[in-house]
Amino acid sequence: MKYAQVAIIGGGPAGLAAAIEIARGGGQATVMDENHRPGGQLFKQIHKFFGSHEHQAGVRGYAIGEQLLKETSEMGVDVMLNTSVYGIFDNFKIGYIEQKREQLLQAERIILAAGASENTLALPNGTLPGVMGAGAAQTMINVHRVLPGRKIIMVGSGNVGLIVSYQLLQAGADVVALLEAAPEIGGYGVHASKIRRTGVPILTSHTIKEVVGKCQVEGVIVVELDGSMAQKPGSEQFIEADTVCIAVGLNPLTELAWLAGCEFVYIPVLGGNVPRHDTNMETTVKGLYVAGDISGVEEASSALDEGRLAGIACAESLGLYSSGEARQLKAAVWDRLDSLRTGPFGQKRKDAKDKLISTGEGSVL
Amino acid sequence: MRISDHPILGKDRREKKIIISVDGKEIEAVDGEPIAAALLAAGIRVFRKTPKTGGPRGVFCAIGRCTDCIMTVNGLPNVRTCVTPVEQGMEIETQIGHGKWKDER
Repeated sequence: MKYAQVAIIGGGPAGLAAAIEIARGGGQATVMDENHRPGGQLFKQIHKFFGSHEHQAGVRGYAIGEQLLKETSEMGVDVMLNTSVYGIFDNFKIGYIEQKREQLLQAERIILAAGASENTLALPNGTLPGVMGAGAAQTMINVHRVLPGRKIIMVGSGNVGLIVSYQLLQAGADVVALLEAAPEIGGYGVHASKIRRTGVPILTSHTIKEVVGKCQVEGVIVVELDGSMAQKPGSEQFIEADTVCIAVGLNPLTELAWLAGCEFVYIPVLGGNVPRHDTNMETTVKGLYVAGDISGVEEASSALDEGRLAGIACAESLGLYSSGEARQLKAAVWDRLDSLRTGPFGQKRKDAKDKLISTGEGSVL
Repeated sequence: MRISDHPILGKDRREKKIIISVDGKEIEAVDGEPIAAALLAAGIRVFRKTPKTGGPRGVFCAIGRCTDCIMTVNGLPNVRTCVTPVEQGMEIETQIGHGKWKDER
């Protein structure tokens, strides 16, 4: 059976950052990831990041990804690719499938950094080919360089909906409309302005009544919503489109945390059920940590910092750092995280995170 | 539809040197790309028909989570095409229902 001092499940920004911190502390980290290359969803983010200088504001997501991969290999982190983890058993035995073979890995500590997946929207005919997650379209255009369609309807005006709309335009598609059920645009004004300047209509208080098509999307019937989110009769209009992108949030990929017996808290602003964890990112299962979207959906910058935090705390628990050293290192990360979680969007997440953390500190299930 | 030139990413210099077959028809693919990307580039959007109603399904999440894009690949059903890279000579079939194994009658 393979052994790892720390097994990290998920090789996105959180998982890789955690692995780098453990290696920096002198520990041995093994990252397990289902994909052919590490980096998670960073490589589809071709826009410049926000935040402060420490958060690499102004640097494009994929460049941050490349830097992370460079550090990962320089630090000698063991990365297992094409490896699907399917379960966590007694005493941190991890079941995984590699090369179509089921195998086990024994770990001393585990950091779950599985990320999140996109929410769906229940719509009549919403299963037709051509209806896809906005992130899926983003993966297709920016990573695989394939346009999933030519005439796009975007549903949801949060930052994902706004950014992906712009990136679809950059890739050569026509975004025929951006729909938002709420009366106001959800994401940053700076992103919305970029879209509006290109002439794409942003229809607030509008949603899709039904998707139209036989074997694939041929258009949508759009309907206006009143103040109580009810459809206004007679406001229906048909818009021709071949693709509908859904950008209505994400939910944490928590299956492994459930299997491991973690205690959960339901927090809608963080994406739903999230594992309760303390300021060290340790869950209610001792020695099992979480980082990134699995601990509450945020963004890549916060995932990187949460990964660092989990990595440092995990290294501390293994005796690789003294508590004094660890305290200093963690305080620096917390400063950055607190500065990220400000503003109208960040503050809501900070409040939710504070609530999540304050009620479960150090408890063992 | 491939994006050959892009304002941020520049020109796509990858070669399309892999040939795969989809329901018996040959299409070109880029080495290492997932099957789903090659199919969408070729304008193919219906990847399977559902077991009960025969409804068409295609790509939804593109990161291996939703399993909407599963197809029969080299005689093996239920392969997630969005996370499975193309290989030279790969035989891909639209999956009907739960699909059939190559040696199944």
